[in-house]
Amino acid sequence: MTVALSGEDLGEAIRRAFPSAVDAVAPDAVFVAPQTVRDVCLWLRDEQGFDYLLSVTAVDYLDYFDVVYHLLSLERNQSTIIKTRLQGRTSLRVPSVTPVWKTADFQERETWDLMGIQFEGHPNLKRIMMWEGFPGHPLRKDFLEFDHRTFAMQAGAGQGSQA
Amino acid sequence: MTLTSQPFMVNMGPQHPSTHGVLRLRLVLDGETIVEAEPILGYLHSSKEKLFETHTYLQCVPVTDRMDYLASMTSNLAVSLAIEKLAGIEVPERASYIRVIMSEFQRLASHCFAQGTLINDMGAWHTPLIYFIKEREQILDMFEMVCGARLTYNYIRPGGVSQDLPPEFFGAALRFLEEFPKRLREYRDLLWDNEIIRVRATNVGVLPRELAVSSGVSGPTLRGSGVQWDLRKQDPYCLYERFEFGVPVGERGDVWDRFAVRFQEMWESLRILEQALEGLPAGRWKTDVPIVIRPPGGEVYAQVESPRGMLGFYIVSDGGASPWRMHVRAPSFINLTPLREMLIGHKVADAVVIIGSTDIVMGEVDR
Repeated sequence: MTVALSGEDLGEAIRRAFPSAVDAVAPDAVFVAPQTVRDVCLWLRDEQGFDYLLSVTAVDYLDYFDVVYHLLSLERNQSTIIKTRLQGRTSLRVPSVTPVWKTADFQERETWDLMGIQFEGHPNLKRIMMWEGFPGHPLRKDFLEFDHRTFAMQAGAGQGSQA
Repeated sequence: MTLTSQPFMVNMGPQHPSTHGVLRLRLVLDGETIVEAEPILGYLHSSKEKLFETHTYLQCVPVTDRMDYLASMTSNLAVSLAIEKLAGIEVPERASYIRVIMSEFQRLASHCFAQGTLINDMGAWHTPLIYFIKEREQILDMFEMVCGARLTYNYIRPGGVSQDLPPEFFGAALRFLEEFPKRLREYRDLLWDNEIIRVRATNVGVLPRELAVSSGVSGPTLRGSGVQWDLRKQDPYCLYERFEFGVPVGERGDVWDRFAVRFQEMWESLRILEQALEGLPAGRWKTDVPIVIRPPGGEVYAQVESPRGMLGFYIVSDGGASPWRMHVRAPSFINLTPLREMLIGHKVADAVVIIGSTDIVMGEVDR
């Protein structure tokens, strides 16, 4: 049975190693300060045995974004969750954890592409789902109106042969 | 006279018979050797995660059919488990057994297709593929008996399954369990010591264990690299702890190991199916759930062992009728992470085989 490491236990452990990193503690997750994400994750991998990153993704809460990391320790069969909160909707930056787990490569690219969160230090932060040059970040809550006209009609607005 | 040559860039895909869907690989070749490989994705992206946010929870289930379209049962199961965990819905025992039966038949069907296409990619022109597809057809017939569909089932739903197993299912299932092992043995005799398969698969596309774990690879691809990790054993869901079965593991992490692991898994699935069909309890096949489920605010992560790996759903609920956010942890997508390292140094022909051995489904990769 995979045992979930509670936010409280994880928060205590992180506080001992990184006294100022913990922003908040939830029942199942720990919020760390954005700039400390990579250091905390490196420590979690090397000192706490969380060698497997299940998933990294983001959630749009309108006033802020949460970047959520689901971690797994294969050896101890234990899971836990790290989150970080980025206030506002512009200039959202968080250190990339690709140096810690290679799996973050594609997943952070997807989060950048669809949510607009920049992962500093990512080796190849390009769009992965949408085509290059796509405007905006489609999974955001304010991405609602998408101009469905063909690109030709968008570009040549006003020059069409019919209304 | 010395011949000079220079590397050149070649696009493999997105339309290509052997990329298992619309996968595009930008390869840089030095002659026939791959020196650089970049997977380019998104050709099948249909914003399913955005769709989830405007659908009710029950409506989200058929959307998951179309992600991993070769393992729709396990996709439905994963999202149903997550919604049940979030909303506190209990599932009757009979429903769990039915879910296990469907999941294991799905694993068989999916592996039949994966093995068949892999061997097809190796050049065994269609004969083994048609043999495996013939077996898979029988499973699809059973699925059609049960829910009316051959590919996108929407059968496993929050609360249980949409309808009980019809009486004709049992005859078909027991006949299948009689016949299929004999034929699987035949295919094993045909394929296992085949020199061409051995040569084309051994030490090709090696995925070392550390790279596999760091890349978040799961399923037969991870087990082929020697990591004994199967969610049905490590974190059992759906009463899997009641069944006896083994988890095959490879050594080198090459194409052969992944092929062999999938083959062995088919035998283990047959074991589970026999036990599940025998022990199937009477009772209800579902709990009544409202058409519009409104789980309490909160979040959940639940995952299953799909034929391709750990398929997980991360759902954030705001108490409303639609999920605030539903993220899919897609094993095919993540299993592509080390593809570049698996390809470099091999020939173009090996690229086809290596991609086939990772058993990806683009619907899940791109969502």
